[in-house]
Amino acid sequence: MKKQIFHFVLTAVGALFIAGCKPQGPAGVTTGGAASKVYVAPGQYDEFYNFVSGGFNGQMAVYGLPSGRLFRNIPVFSVHPENGYGYSEETKPMLNTSHGFVPWDDLHHPALSTTNGEHDGRWAFGNANNTPRVARIDLSTFRTVEIIELPNSGGNHSSPFITENTEYVVAGTRFSVPVGDNRDVPISSYKENFKGTISFIKVDPQTGRMSIAFQLRTPGFNYDLSRAGKGPSHGWFFFSCYNTEQAYTLLEVNASRNDKDFIMAVNWKKAEEYLAAGKGKTEKARYAHNIYDEKTHMATSTILEDVTVLDVTELSGIVYFLPCPKSPHGCDVDPTGEYIVGSGKLAAVMPVFSFSKMQQAIANKDFEGDFQGIPIIKYESALHGEVQKPGLGPLHTEFDANGNAYTSFFVSSEIVKWNVKTLQVLDRVPTYYSIGHLCVPGGPTKKPHGKYVIAYNKITKDRYLPTGPELCQSAQLYSIEGDKMQLLLDFPTIGEPHYAEAIPASMLKDKSVKIYPIEENQHPYAAKGEKMARVERKGNDVHVYMTAIRSHLTPDNIEGIRVGDNVYFHVTNLEQDWDVPHGFAVKGATNAEILIMPGETQTLLWKPLKPGIYPFYCTDFCSALHQEMQGYVRVSPAGSNVPLKWSLGDEQVVQ
Amino acid sequence: MTTLAAMFLLLVYCTPEKPKFEGNESKNTSSKSPVEEVVDPSKGIGPVKHVTLSSPLDQERVKRGKDIYEMKCEACHRLDDQRIVGPGWKDITKRRKPEWIMNMITNVDVMLDQDPEAQKLLELCLTRMPNQNVSIGDARDILEFMRQNDGEK
Repeated sequence: MKKQIFHFVLTAVGALFIAGCKPQGPAGVTTGGAASKVYVAPGQYDEFYNFVSGGFNGQMAVYGLPSGRLFRNIPVFSVHPENGYGYSEETKPMLNTSHGFVPWDDLHHPALSTTNGEHDGRWAFGNANNTPRVARIDLSTFRTVEIIELPNSGGNHSSPFITENTEYVVAGTRFSVPVGDNRDVPISSYKENFKGTISFIKVDPQTGRMSIAFQLRTPGFNYDLSRAGKGPSHGWFFFSCYNTEQAYTLLEVNASRNDKDFIMAVNWKKAEEYLAAGKGKTEKARYAHNIYDEKTHMATSTILEDVTVLDVTELSGIVYFLPCPKSPHGCDVDPTGEYIVGSGKLAAVMPVFSFSKMQQAIANKDFEGDFQGIPIIKYESALHGEVQKPGLGPLHTEFDANGNAYTSFFVSSEIVKWNVKTLQVLDRVPTYYSIGHLCVPGGPTKKPHGKYVIAYNKITKDRYLPTGPELCQSAQLYSIEGDKMQLLLDFPTIGEPHYAEAIPASMLKDKSVKIYPIEENQHPYAAKGEKMARVERKGNDVHVYMTAIRSHLTPDNIEGIRVGDNVYFHVTNLEQDWDVPHGFAVKGATNAEILIMPGETQTLLWKPLKPGIYPFYCTDFCSALHQEMQGYVRVSPAGSNVPLKWSLGDEQVVQ
Repeated sequence: MTTLAAMFLLLVYCTPEKPKFEGNESKNTSSKSPVEEVVDPSKGIGPVKHVTLSSPLDQERVKRGKDIYEMKCEACHRLDDQRIVGPGWKDITKRRKPEWIMNMITNVDVMLDQDPEAQKLLELCLTRMPNQNVSIGDARDILEFMRQNDGEK
């Protein structure tokens, strides 16, 4: 019945629309007024950038809103043969870890940097869920510029949430694991040996450089999601915990026994005090810290050897537990910083905690017990109230600037709008199907930009043309400008979208980097001008200093390469104009191509296995003579005495 | 509705305009060989309105100009009259006004879209001269190097 009414309204709106605007085509007829709200005319720009996690593709995608158009797939934790990320010599160190080179991960949550709790448009952070890491992406280049690994973590899920001024990025382990020296233990010794770890990654306010300031050693639970306090709750962080049963097998059943799990409230200012007082213990660890330098166009990976640990069961006042019904997933703080929303995936009500009541309860020692010495605050003492019968399977909550919350419900497949103060449910809309995360532009900040809510769905089933057993993932855009939420658009996404953030385009678009000034290129193998193009042999290593400009590669004839050589093609793009990358590929290369942006140098390693003539060419259509942008390498047998020589046109050099 | 109306207006406004390249071609057919027509007294289009040349050459400028040439220009322009991607530079300072040269270097996209002489060169070379991100001061250095290349002292 409800569906019929919905259809009727749509048809009515559609009819009105037809009467008013005849010229529009069939798309307008079927979707009514929605079409004009998401239509971004050719040559016009979208209003928001939407940074969407790629989930199991390990990358972060950038869409425009309201159009849903895909602009970029930023490689972060997975190799990307499309531009050579993870294949070029310069970018390989970005994916180095204490386990060696890891070419894939699972990115769940983007976090955009904030100042005073508001978006500042500097960086996006992303988490690697599998081999625990946090990445930083520069929002002027849309490139991954730093990755730090997290020791003592078993799966970096409650990450990379940030504090009000991006003082810290946190990384809480999803899986508790044995830590320290004693790691080869029976799985059944979970309660005794398995620990949680929450890493506080310090972010340099100028450069954005990350370093692990300290790790909190916490009880062995699963740490799921988190949010920093803001305004009055600045200095605190809130983490949802499940599996307080400390189960290690069949968690589906065994971790769902307790009526209440916890939201862990962390006083990180208190932790800083302990740290300053020397209460931290330095422990041995091994983790990689990888930095991309935009001047040398090259990444370096350093293995770090120790980390400072604060044990919250020994140092009182850092951590308090708030009981929260049934395996909480989302744990979200409203724009005022006063309310903390817990979303128990299996619960029938949603508790909203009050920060000021929690503070009062702590002051009054209004506790109902403790867990390993950590006080458990009385549920009622910290509770602002419960949202009654909101829906089934609440997961995540975002906020608008008018005191409203939007919560996703996986099981009942809907978004529910409710008022944070009154706890009244105001509206609900279906999602197609089974929504996971959702996003209101600026939703996690002190100053939401509002206007839309976007649903990121787990299942699409019949929403798109079928493509065999594996279907596209999708997002749905809803208007939240009126009292009623209105579905405007479905758009497919790549990978699996988990969390996403949206930021006004005006905050980023004018500071987008267009080129790398060639004068500033400090790559040791750069050829800054064709005069510097050359080939050098050092034993079995051959370095080709190559230049690219429309429409030739210099040198384009190379002889004297032998089977067994490691040939490094260092290609410098001499262009200084926006949107003129060149590409480079050589026959038989076992890695990928490289794309070289204007003013940049990138390197492809090639190991020819057989004598012969091998063509190479520019892979990125660059000019009317792009098809002419090619060359040949002659490979001779090992030990051959063919002299090393190279040339472009008539200008030949022989060594 | 507003968007639609605006679009409609835009369409009406835009329709009569022909693609630029077509316009150029039709002009070209009426002319003789474009190579013979590269001499033009115009100063081109751009921020450079007047350049004062001095003799003897400023050797500091010449050196800086040569360095920039080798980094940003040489891949396409030779110092003799041979055309690689763009035309060789020999005698360019005799064929072109200094203002035209500096506008071509610093304002290339506008020049290629609007300046008839620049458009003839595009038809000849078929590759748009790139914006190499050269400042006006750097362009002046390049000009000094070009003068030296053309035999001035």
